[in-house]
Amino acid sequence: MSEALTIEGLVKQFGGLTATDHLSLSVTEGEVHAVIGPNGAGKTTLIGQLTGEITPNAGTIRFAGRDVTGLPVHQRSMLGLARSFQITNVLADFTARANVALAVQAHQGHSFRFWRKAATDPRLIGPAEEFLATVGLADRADIAASSLSHGEQRQLEIAMALATQPAMLLLDEPMAGMGPEDSARMVEILKRLKGELTILLVEHDMDAVFALADRITVLVYGRAIATGSPEQIRNDPDVRAAYLGEETGDA
Amino acid sequence: MQMIRFGFIALVMLALAAVPAVATAIDEPFYISLFTRMLVLAIAASSLNLVLGYGGMVSFGHAAYLGLGSYVVGVGFYHAANDGMDWALNGWLHLALTIIIPGLAALLIGAISLRTRGVYFIMITLAFSQMLYYFFIGLERYGGDDGLSLWYLSDFGSVMDLNDDSQLYYLAYGLLVLVLFILYRLVNSRFGMVVRGAKSNERRLMAVGFPTYRYRLVAFGISGAICGVAGFLMANQSEFVSTSEMHWVHSGDLIVMVVLGGMGTLFGPVLGAVGFLMLEQYLPELMEGICHIIGGNSCGIAGEYWKMVFGPLLILIVLFARGGIDGLLQGKVGRNV
Repeated sequence: MSEALTIEGLVKQFGGLTATDHLSLSVTEGEVHAVIGPNGAGKTTLIGQLTGEITPNAGTIRFAGRDVTGLPVHQRSMLGLARSFQITNVLADFTARANVALAVQAHQGHSFRFWRKAATDPRLIGPAEEFLATVGLADRADIAASSLSHGEQRQLEIAMALATQPAMLLLDEPMAGMGPEDSARMVEILKRLKGELTILLVEHDMDAVFALADRITVLVYGRAIATGSPEQIRNDPDVRAAYLGEETGDA
Repeated sequence: MQMIRFGFIALVMLALAAVPAVATAIDEPFYISLFTRMLVLAIAASSLNLVLGYGGMVSFGHAAYLGLGSYVVGVGFYHAANDGMDWALNGWLHLALTIIIPGLAALLIGAISLRTRGVYFIMITLAFSQMLYYFFIGLERYGGDDGLSLWYLSDFGSVMDLNDDSQLYYLAYGLLVLVLFILYRLVNSRFGMVVRGAKSNERRLMAVGFPTYRYRLVAFGISGAICGVAGFLMANQSEFVSTSEMHWVHSGDLIVMVVLGGMGTLFGPVLGAVGFLMLEQYLPELMEGICHIIGGNSCGIAGEYWKMVFGPLLILIVLFARGGIDGLLQGKVGRNV
């Protein structure tokens, strides 16, 4: 198996705070790789650097065999690196269908097409409705994104990420703020994607992480203190001390 | 409610089409020039609406493109009148250049301004338009501060004669309809979806792979080009070209028209321009009349204070009529606060 994403010696400092501290990490093609860690461990900063919104101070990010460290956000997306946001980040005044259609459009060449109506273009609407169906929103296509429930908006996030036909998904806390029912539905959706896509999953919900991940990396103060299978992580004494201990209370 | 809205808009467009005939019939040619101005400003406000209403880019400098368009006519006239360059009066040439020059200017100004956001964007577009304003004041040759009176208008040979107020009116009407049709196609195209999406959530659009800057810039250029056409009409309507058209106050007026009519709707700016000029024209008379009715003294002054009523009226519309006049027609009376 080859590496889909390789991070080497990544450093990001905000003033005196080192949010990412000489982090090296690799994600194998086809795996679900979870990144966990307590609040402030630098998980969202890491996602930001992977997508290109945050520029690292040092280190390299390689994706699909090329160095993407200096590439802007939209070009990384074009290479097949898609993300979902921690805080729901959809186009609020667009319908669910139009949200996904825009993501489809982004990967059908340039959009300097000034005349033909986009809302009835079968090349956009067809795929958009398929992706909505994939995440279970087929019957909600005509609803404005702002009128969808929180859980549905998170599903829409995933549909938009999928619509860019990525090789790899970066999921920043897809279960954030969800009740148990919505969470379970999201786990089901992600399970279906498993194997088709490489996924980097940042998540607080331990049930979801252990249900989905092939490998887990534990981040503490911007450093990876352990990487391994869920079983190894569960039994790692450092991890139990630094992180899981707080959750299970038996450290 | 949609029926009321479409009915009202159709009524306004039909009424506008009938203006020259009615004005001639009641022998009040003044109305033709008043309504020509409405059509001209409706085109300018519609062009601003593309960036402001659909694109979320608050340009506070659109008077510059209006002014550039009118100076194309002014400069052409100057050389035709003084240097015997008759070709410089060619109306088709004027029309082409009033698209190209303000369009290019908007691309240049946009290329720099669109790297900023929010208040900075507002201020930088304002600054650029004021730069052009002072540049033309400094151009003594073309009248400088005093402006240029046009003895000859843009020449379209035997096709039409802009000295005939009715013909100029129908040219403006035709161009407005054309502009609205082009904007309709534009905002619903793939390009339009990107521009509107960038207004709604630019970060998300970049994340799915759009280089949003390019699309916003092209929208800005198209907007400037359309606004230039309004400048071309304005010069021929007023038979005068001056720097005062480029003053920032007029950029503000255009924003008011868009907001008054309804941002991000196709016909909103048309309704806004008509409403704005109606108020500007008739509010003073109305106030003077009310003053007489309640038996006040020196009522001539009352009309001069029309802006004291106009201002609060605008505030009320912004606060309580979500979506301006167009919003009211759709029954959206929801408050914005």
